[in-house]
Amino acid sequence: MSTLVLLAVTGLGLGALYFLVAAGLSLIYGLMRVLNFAHGAFLTVGGYVGYAVGARFGTATVSWGVFVLMLAAGAATGAVFALLTETVLIRRLYEREIEQVLVTVGLGLATVALVNGGWGSDARVMPAPAWTGRTTDLLGAAVPNDRFVCIGAAIVVLIALLGLLHRTRYGLVIRAGVENRAMVRALGIDVRRSFTAVFVIGGAVAGLGGVLAGLYNSSVSPGMGDSLLIFAFIVVVIGGLGSIVGSAAAAVGVALLQQFVNYYGTTGLGDFTVVLALAAVLLIRPGGLFGRAARA
Amino acid sequence: MTGAEPVLTVRRLDAGIGGQQILHGVEFDVAATGVTALLGRNGVGKTTTARALLGLVRRSGEIRFAGERIDAALTHRIVQRGLGYVPEDREVFAKLTVRENLELATRGGAPHTDLVERLFPELTERADQLAGTLSGGQQQMVALARVLRNDNRLLVVDEPTKGLAPLVVGQVTDALAEAAARVPVLLIEQNLQVVARLARDVVVIAEGRVVHTGPAAEFLSDAARMRELLGVSRAAA
Repeated sequence: MSTLVLLAVTGLGLGALYFLVAAGLSLIYGLMRVLNFAHGAFLTVGGYVGYAVGARFGTATVSWGVFVLMLAAGAATGAVFALLTETVLIRRLYEREIEQVLVTVGLGLATVALVNGGWGSDARVMPAPAWTGRTTDLLGAAVPNDRFVCIGAAIVVLIALLGLLHRTRYGLVIRAGVENRAMVRALGIDVRRSFTAVFVIGGAVAGLGGVLAGLYNSSVSPGMGDSLLIFAFIVVVIGGLGSIVGSAAAAVGVALLQQFVNYYGTTGLGDFTVVLALAAVLLIRPGGLFGRAARA
Repeated sequence: MTGAEPVLTVRRLDAGIGGQQILHGVEFDVAATGVTALLGRNGVGKTTTARALLGLVRRSGEIRFAGERIDAALTHRIVQRGLGYVPEDREVFAKLTVRENLELATRGGAPHTDLVERLFPELTERADQLAGTLSGGQQQMVALARVLRNDNRLLVVDEPTKGLAPLVVGQVTDALAEAAARVPVLLIEQNLQVVARLARDVVVIAEGRVVHTGPAAEFLSDAARMRELLGVSRAAA
């Protein structure tokens, strides 16, 4: 029983990280048809800036106030990085989707190389509040507290994103644009403004995810974004491109499947099972579990 | 045509989709009042003409709308200048509610909400229903309501009665007649009874070129010309 609980909570924590990457990817692809391969870089840079803010205090454990500051710094960094990416690179390649993919792949590779050059390839220990390093007894299992922080943060982000999408005019334009962006333009709305908005929101959430990934792994490393990005792409496709609820559900499903199969099968089998699940979803429901029918 | 300046003039308009050129030097005017019908067989470029006016397809040539060139303008700017577009196949947002569809379309405070509520009381009743679950006729009402609740200088309406039940065709035609009393309309329509009721002028396209312009009544009573250009006689329509 305690093993089940530990695996489940750890899986949910990992699912939270997948969701924080997948949410932005899904909105960006859904609205703009851009597969943003630089999204992992937003996470990595956000994580490192959060680390750098925490490291200034010179101790391995920091107060909650400092940790919140680290989260804010990570989110702000992700947002600014995403804003520059969209306005400087992506916008110039408007409607040229292959070129947009190529430029994001290049940006992702270059960013990892720069982080490597600046901070080195070794993992850096992430400063965190002391409580997150301890465990809580849950139904007999000693669950590391950082899992709860990741899960809680992802739930807050999910609620905030749903509120934005369903309670504001920005959100209305984004939801309509995901469905049919040409028609949004034909109603007299400059849909490019919401392109910038989803990039900034996606970048902020990924940057926040970078600090939380550092907490979850107890460290930051240059490859952290890309290792999450691969599974986040799978989550986005399974959940349905453009669907935030789909991304959240798929993130939880993928992470739990991965954890349990990796533990009860052999290490690595879980990752393979996730790819099989992806193939099954694509065969049975090509638009994803919560997706719409594919259209131009 | 009336003596007033046309609201829209199109000169030497070329347009295409992908690598294929569909329109070859299209030229016509839309009068400042009443309905101008754009006719032609399937696939001659009527919808492409509408989409070219909106800047939704690659186009070149001269398009003058309410005194200003719009042939290089972005789609949303053209619409903001007062060109309301009701696309073929309606293109309502299936995953948004009726209310959200209308809210999204609102420019400048929706001065004509009352008109829309009077024309389509069903939409008020179904405000919270997802537009994707509406019937084709109700979706057409949403598509029309989106443009009718705003102030426009011209409506471009593409096959509004396509695939609708006869009763709904009547309702949609009534709504268009009421709209046309306030704002000029460029109407693409296959149903010649609807054209006969609404249109004052016709523009006929064949193979991407304008082959006839003139008063609607004259064209619709010329059976030989209609058979030649549209391949139909009025009785068969």
